[in-house]
Amino acid sequence: MAEVMDTDHRLSRNAEDLNRIRNMFPILSGTMNGKPLVFLDSAASSQKPFQVIEAMSHYYRFQHANIHRGIYQLSQQATEAFEQVRKKTAAWLNAGHAHEIIFTRGTTESINLVASSFGRKYFKTGDEILVSTLEHHSNIVPWQLIAEQTGAKLRVIPMLDNGEVDLDAYPRMLTGKVKMLALVHISNALGIIHPVKEMIAMAHSAGIPALIDGAQAAPHLQPDVRDLDADFYALSAHKMYGPTGVGVLYGKSHLLEAMPPYQGGGEMISQVSFEQTTFNELPFKFEAGTPDIAGVIGLGAAIDFLLEVGYENIAAHESDLLQYTTGQLLELDEVNIYGTSLQKASVISFDAKGTHPYDVGALLDKQGIAVRTGHHCTQPLMQHLGIPGTVRASFGIYNNREDADRMLEALKLALKMLR
Amino acid sequence: MTIQDTQNTIVEEFELFGDWMERYEYIIELGKSLPLIDEQYKTDENLIRGCQSRVWLHASMQNDRVVFTADSDALITKGIIALLVRVLSNHKPDDIARAELWFIDRIGLKEHLSPTRSNGLLSMIKQMKMYGIALQASQF
Repeated sequence: MAEVMDTDHRLSRNAEDLNRIRNMFPILSGTMNGKPLVFLDSAASSQKPFQVIEAMSHYYRFQHANIHRGIYQLSQQATEAFEQVRKKTAAWLNAGHAHEIIFTRGTTESINLVASSFGRKYFKTGDEILVSTLEHHSNIVPWQLIAEQTGAKLRVIPMLDNGEVDLDAYPRMLTGKVKMLALVHISNALGIIHPVKEMIAMAHSAGIPALIDGAQAAPHLQPDVRDLDADFYALSAHKMYGPTGVGVLYGKSHLLEAMPPYQGGGEMISQVSFEQTTFNELPFKFEAGTPDIAGVIGLGAAIDFLLEVGYENIAAHESDLLQYTTGQLLELDEVNIYGTSLQKASVISFDAKGTHPYDVGALLDKQGIAVRTGHHCTQPLMQHLGIPGTVRASFGIYNNREDADRMLEALKLALKMLR
Repeated sequence: MTIQDTQNTIVEEFELFGDWMERYEYIIELGKSLPLIDEQYKTDENLIRGCQSRVWLHASMQNDRVVFTADSDALITKGIIALLVRVLSNHKPDDIARAELWFIDRIGLKEHLSPTRSNGLLSMIKQMKMYGIALQASQF
């Protein structure tokens, strides 16, 4: 990912910048269990910088009115602010049109929308949906639900021992029966980055559309939906320094046009009568009811934040942290890291021989270290690995080497208590 | 000892500890004294739902008392269930069903009472009480 650079040089040049960025996150100067908080669970949800919090607060204080409806100035300005974020999101993702950006409640709803709407129209008995072994439940269960309704079924692309997808097996699975490739971009459990562009190209050669779960990708790399040629791309604001409760579904125009509505209600209609109702055009067809307007404003501020910090800087910083922490972990006695591929971002899943991840996490918690333990909503992956779960440390732009050092010290103590 | 007495004793024991480390070291130690569930009962039906770790619980009647045995693959969980068994085991089903377990908060394990998916303490208590109710009913 990053060029080969002298690590110390890069770090000292950026130390001031990193500190400045870290200070933008008010929660990080807090404590947990009486100890200074070390937050290593950004993969579950990221913390929020001042500007995101302020943007939403400002909206509620000075700008709020329902959108797309009112004729008075306040409403028009709120509508303008909301639609500006749609345009900003389209530009950020390099979508062709702003109307290809649907605001949802998050990645999970985005995927449910496609599974339900696209699936209901196109899936038939015997059809297949391809998923990888690494998928989050949110990119498995919606497909299972529609499969049950339509008689389609899921097929799982095998995974290699290092966590990478089996690219030998994959092409052979791209048969005429497959109607969708549902693939995670960056794995929340192992940090593995799938070769999404390559896999989409291969799927397209076989006439198969692709939905990409970009929840974990968006905070670490700038998704370029046209470069990837993704048919659908789903993401959540709260993983990328934005608020909870709002997410994005990108979809190619012609696909979204052809899909029936997902939820019915106000906003997504054109004309309503008791006899018959016609539907609105994109994107509103898929945005029933009043949206989380403040949330969308917050998403806009989060995109601004990411672009200001710069994805190259994020990638360089997180790559350094990942390498540093991985190296330190491997020096500990009998600590096992899952997902050893080099194509990895920002997540370390591990366990320590003779201990249960829950115990380790509980003892880290007592020392002010927030990590995630368990199956990380990837139970099929854990079953495949034959483990109950892992301890997962995940990094955001605000983490530093001191965080990693503190986690390692805390981990050493925890292991001493447990072994 | 009554259920109340046992709880009081436990609270007294934990008052000796200054910090979280001593408390958790003691909990881990207590787990070693858990009356272990028989291998034949370590089945999926006897797993407590809602725990990140695996916890098996079994109950049987001995005379007119309920006797609990259990096991877990996580040490802290094992210690906590050892405490619950210590409090609730060897009592009448009726007493178990009605018991109020206030000691958990008092010994600083309040966070384990939070209804998150990751800890099954509430599930364990519920299951033990359900055994109480079921075994109470089977007496008639």
